[in-house]
Amino acid sequence: MAGYKPVAIQTYPVLGEKITQDTLYWNNYKTPVQIKEFGAVSKVDFSPQPPYNYAVTASSRIHIYGRYSQEPIKTFSRFKDTAYCATFRQDGRLLVAGSEDGGVQLFDISGRAPLRQFEGHTKAVHTVDFTADKYHVVSGADDYTVKLWDIPNSKEILTFKEHSDYVRCGCASKLNPDLFVTGSYDHTVKMFDARTSQSVISVEHGQPVESVLLFPSGGLLVSAGGRYVKVWDMLKGGQLLVSLKNHHKTVTCLCLSSSGQRLLSGSLDRKVKVYSTTSYKVVHSLDYAASILSLALAHEDETIVVGMTNGILSVKHRKSEAKKDSLPRRRRPAYRTFIKGKSYMKQRDDILINRPSKKHLELYDRDLKNFRVSKALDRVLEPSCTIKTPEVTVSIIKELNRRGVLANALAGRDEKEISRVLNFLIRNLSQPRFAPVLINAAEIIIDIYLPVIGQSPVVDKKFLVLQGLVEKEIDYQRELLETLGMMDMLFATMTRKDSTLVWQRTSGGLLENKKVES
Amino acid sequence: MRAPPGTRDGAGVCVLCEEGDTPQARGTAPWGARPLPRLSPAGRLRGPGGRAHVSRIGWALGRLEDGPGVDVYATAVALPRGPSFFRTESYIFCVSGDFVKVYSTATEECVHILQGHRNLVTGIQLNPNNHLQLYSCSFDGTIKLWDYVDGILIKTFIVGHKLHALFTVAHAEDSVFVTINKEKPDIFQLVSVKLPKSSSQEIESKELSFVLDYINQSPKYIAFGNEGEYVAAVRDFSLSVYFFKKKTTSRFTLSSSRNKKHAKNNFTCVACHPKEDCIATGHKDGKIRLWRNFDDDKKYTYTCLHWHHDMVMDLAFSVTGTSLLSGGRESVLVEWRDAAEKNKEFLPRLGATIEHISVSPAGDLFCTSHSDNKIIVIHRNLEASAVIQGLVKDSNIFTGLMIDPRTKALVLNGKPGHLQFYSLQSDKQLYNLDIVQQEYINDYGLIQIELTKAAFGCYGNWLATVEQRQEKETELELQMKLWMYNKKTQGFVLNTKVNMPHEDHITALCFCNAEKSENPTLVTASKDGHFKVWILTDDSDIYKKAVGWTCDFVGSYHKYQATNCCFSEDGSLLAVSFEEIVTIWDSETWELKCTFCQRAGKIRHLCFGRLTCSKYLLGATENGILCCWNLLSCALEWSAKLNVRVMEPDLNSENIAAISHSSMGSDLFVFKPSEPRPLYIQKNISREEVQWGVFVPRDVPESFTSESYRWLNRSQFYFLTKSQSLLTLSTKSPEEKLTPTSKQLLAEESLPTTPFYFILGKHRQQQDEKLNAALENELVQLPLTENIPAINELLHTPAHVLPSASFLCSMFVNSLLLSKESKSAEEIPDDVDMEEEKESDDSDEENDFTEKVQDTDNTDLGEDIIHQLSKSEEKELRKFRKVDYSWITAL
Repeated sequence: MAGYKPVAIQTYPVLGEKITQDTLYWNNYKTPVQIKEFGAVSKVDFSPQPPYNYAVTASSRIHIYGRYSQEPIKTFSRFKDTAYCATFRQDGRLLVAGSEDGGVQLFDISGRAPLRQFEGHTKAVHTVDFTADKYHVVSGADDYTVKLWDIPNSKEILTFKEHSDYVRCGCASKLNPDLFVTGSYDHTVKMFDARTSQSVISVEHGQPVESVLLFPSGGLLVSAGGRYVKVWDMLKGGQLLVSLKNHHKTVTCLCLSSSGQRLLSGSLDRKVKVYSTTSYKVVHSLDYAASILSLALAHEDETIVVGMTNGILSVKHRKSEAKKDSLPRRRRPAYRTFIKGKSYMKQRDDILINRPSKKHLELYDRDLKNFRVSKALDRVLEPSCTIKTPEVTVSIIKELNRRGVLANALAGRDEKEISRVLNFLIRNLSQPRFAPVLINAAEIIIDIYLPVIGQSPVVDKKFLVLQGLVEKEIDYQRELLETLGMMDMLFATMTRKDSTLVWQRTSGGLLENKKVES
Repeated sequence: MRAPPGTRDGAGVCVLCEEGDTPQARGTAPWGARPLPRLSPAGRLRGPGGRAHVSRIGWALGRLEDGPGVDVYATAVALPRGPSFFRTESYIFCVSGDFVKVYSTATEECVHILQGHRNLVTGIQLNPNNHLQLYSCSFDGTIKLWDYVDGILIKTFIVGHKLHALFTVAHAEDSVFVTINKEKPDIFQLVSVKLPKSSSQEIESKELSFVLDYINQSPKYIAFGNEGEYVAAVRDFSLSVYFFKKKTTSRFTLSSSRNKKHAKNNFTCVACHPKEDCIATGHKDGKIRLWRNFDDDKKYTYTCLHWHHDMVMDLAFSVTGTSLLSGGRESVLVEWRDAAEKNKEFLPRLGATIEHISVSPAGDLFCTSHSDNKIIVIHRNLEASAVIQGLVKDSNIFTGLMIDPRTKALVLNGKPGHLQFYSLQSDKQLYNLDIVQQEYINDYGLIQIELTKAAFGCYGNWLATVEQRQEKETELELQMKLWMYNKKTQGFVLNTKVNMPHEDHITALCFCNAEKSENPTLVTASKDGHFKVWILTDDSDIYKKAVGWTCDFVGSYHKYQATNCCFSEDGSLLAVSFEEIVTIWDSETWELKCTFCQRAGKIRHLCFGRLTCSKYLLGATENGILCCWNLLSCALEWSAKLNVRVMEPDLNSENIAAISHSSMGSDLFVFKPSEPRPLYIQKNISREEVQWGVFVPRDVPESFTSESYRWLNRSQFYFLTKSQSLLTLSTKSPEEKLTPTSKQLLAEESLPTTPFYFILGKHRQQQDEKLNAALENELVQLPLTENIPAINELLHTPAHVLPSASFLCSMFVNSLLLSKESKSAEEIPDDVDMEEEKESDDSDEENDFTEKVQDTDNTDLGEDIIHQLSKSEEKELRKFRKVDYSWITAL
């Protein structure tokens, strides 16, 4: 025959954000460490090699921070004017940066003075990057040019003058040493090939381009500008794949998660949005205190570093998961106990009897199964249950009522036990989703304990609190009804064709709750 | 009858007439005057799938096309008024109305239906001296002796009184005990009936000897103990024990019975220990008392066992007497070991109140019958091994009758909180769908969650159900659930649960079943004055694919209660009735299109016409007006005075069936909305009020040519009366259509074309003349193989009930040899042959006859086979030896 059917616990929709894998993942960071820089943080770049230091470009300085250090472990401050776009080489040993005066400087991480200085740009250089072969540097400047430099002899190799406005962002392909893309304020993103003297692909973003990003495979290009983030399929010759408009203000920076499954975009609207790269839907959103200018993720998403316009650098570290393992683990039976006898093959005359699989039942269900109603109620009145999952408590009260034994379960309690029930009622009675069940329970309690009222000051006090609560609720409902009446009047005066418009009104169910308490 | 004044009913069409209103109406009712013999005792109840076929009427008149008869199809109330029990663990018997059903415990199939009683069967007992025979007694005053292995009636003893219960005792070989009612209606006597030995089939046995007086009629109140040394009977507060040897009666009255406080300890059942002098009695307060030393009026003692909190329904001792079984409303079978309160075992959650418990003679199996039309076979270690389940009887059918579009099963309320799917074709419950999904507490006075509404949508892909529980006026718990059909698991899976979809009772629920509709739509109408439109929406995100139902639109009309809702066939219009007013809404924009108001009472039923009549909308009001509106002209087309209780449209045609109720009985009208005359009227289909009806599409369309039965061509109409009888209209005997599984292997179609078949089958026909010539003047004319009962029997009987092949062989050969002698001796086969010659083309008719013949022949065979071959048969054999069979070689 059918087994015991556990009590159906009423589930209520959780208000606010849905809990998904992504929200869990992106919320699993510690509270951010805030570091004050000298000016707006325009660029944050992680070293691709351990120990994953990161370079922060702010004002005329470049700070190198260690992973958990809050003080810079190294500073490059030999800039006459604002520095831009400090970027590590793939091996993490060289750093290149542009500057307001049009120079491009190459630093050794261990050194202090620049190794190379590339002179040729006439205006501020906002973007620099190493090409995939590590021996060249690409730079884009406000003089509308894009230049390719050779590191060993610090010579300019190529100059592209195809942009018609400031070049503010760029990115070199990680696979092909000859390919790189730049985005400009002329609303275009161009892909250049060092083997030819002109751009190979040009796409129209529609807004001044603030940031570009090439996927590791090089097949997809992401550009950000204005409020839009656009994804382009480069293998199809620059076809627009998807256009995302999820920010209220200009999107300033882009970043890929280490797995490549999520795309992050930071914006002046103080938000970082996380997109899935399969569906291009926003799966999570992170809030910051100021407009975001730069964003970087460490290896394995261990750290999120965000630079903001107010010069504050926010560093969030992932919570370590080692904590759970440290708990003293109960010794469990060995694996072989579970598989014991499982491999036995049935012989000819054997009769195989399967042990019925045991269904796991909650403790209160076990009590209810054996008709121990008071005990079941006691269990769900434990503070751990009433605070965390009041719906379980309410469901059990409802089930007891359905079985017709609620009065039995509530009766015969001493001062401590009854005050526990009353505490729960006081806390939850006014919640509309629990009210119908709890009002009924409250009535039963009053009926049962009316004769002994006055014997315990503790319980009497609780009853008074309950009474006050009910009176307050009644006042509330009355006011609500008055407001509704006024609104009805207003709507009635409005001439409306649609006579079928229906106004849902909240139930005035609590009104019947007038009770005389001692 | 005329359209109410003020309507624009220009033509003045009047369609449906109340009885006696127009002579024409009476004239068209072809069945108005026909007696419906089986139906008249209202609420004849049958066991699991029990059914009587009334359409025998048509057969008796010899005309098949005579017209539909009313056919008691399956009724709800259960089982056995008498106990069910076993023999050798392989059969289980249960009383079901006029029949006794024999089930196989292994396969749960019905092996035989023993029919012959003309009234309710009240008791069955195995013949203690021959365990292949079964006694049964009935209200018709007869005791019948059956050979249940072959399903043959052996003897009938006519007693003459209404028999209420039957008991047999091993040592009293020639007598049985019955309960009869002598003078007053409430006073019953236990008498012993001497069964005279005689070879004739019907024997008068009027020799009654009085045993006990003032007893209760139910067999549960009487038990024979210790191999028939005494009989114990209980009534109210007293236990009487009659000792056969001493011929004395001792009476024990419970002392507390005089005290009104403890007035609940009435006796409810009694059982006797098979070996010792010990009587167990069950009481209304749930106690079980074990009585000992009751042969002494002074020294008697009793001990009490108490577990049940409600009335003990039945008690039974195991064969050895070591354990006692008890059951009651708790639906828990309790086994008391060694008559001790400590040692008890339980088999809980049996689903419904235990009505009877019986134990197999060998003691390996127990069996319980339940109030929900179910028998459970339980192994000795308290494990249920088989369930025989019929149409579950529920006191309230809220959901009405529905047809599952996938399985074509009838769907209605089943067990508490369940929907049952019942196959009309195989007369079996397919499965129960647990809707409420909560532990069922069977307790008196408890307000249960009730499944009130259900509807199928989108070709059976969706099922919507509504359950409610109302403890007080203000506390209504409502829940709507939407179930999706899962093709993989072949069942319904809960998709969406809506708490309190409305603030008051939901009165109607309907899906939009239009073919073109891409989005499933559901409409609920409620007493809170709103109707809500629910649509399926896509809930899927990047993590999972999901669909769910959300409310799309809420409509109301001047705060009237919404009472009915209905979609037009193409799904473009929604009609919602608000008390007296019908509103029509556009299903695209949910705009109110128009309203119809007849001011003729609240609308009780509402439906759109279909196919060619889709421009009509029909509404039936509470005070007996049936209205038909034309949706194109927005005017009343016609109206008629008819107190409609059930209005059901046929999904395969334009026809609509309406059942009206008056004090005379219920009448059926079938009509097309477009035509002024009803197609068919059947007066008095049932004495009681009909609650629900449904059209069931036929698998194979019939082809009635007659005007008035053409509506039955594509669908069949089933209806449920207030007493839970499920009835249908049919023209044929249901045996033909509703073939039990054991009969499905019908010989005609499925005989393999083996050489043997050619010899005996087709070739027989062709070479009849040749054979005749060869036999010269011999009058041997072998009947067709299909009509030889032995062959039929061999082919139709399930293999597991057949005797060994060696035994069959002689019988089989014998049957082939019988010809001349048997024919001259028996007249019935002669008739058969003549009939066959006449109507050999009409296979249906033939079947009916052959089956009939088979029954009568079987009785002969049963006795014949035991004897040696008679002289005439030997002669016959010799003749056959001489016959030239050379033609076989020519094959």
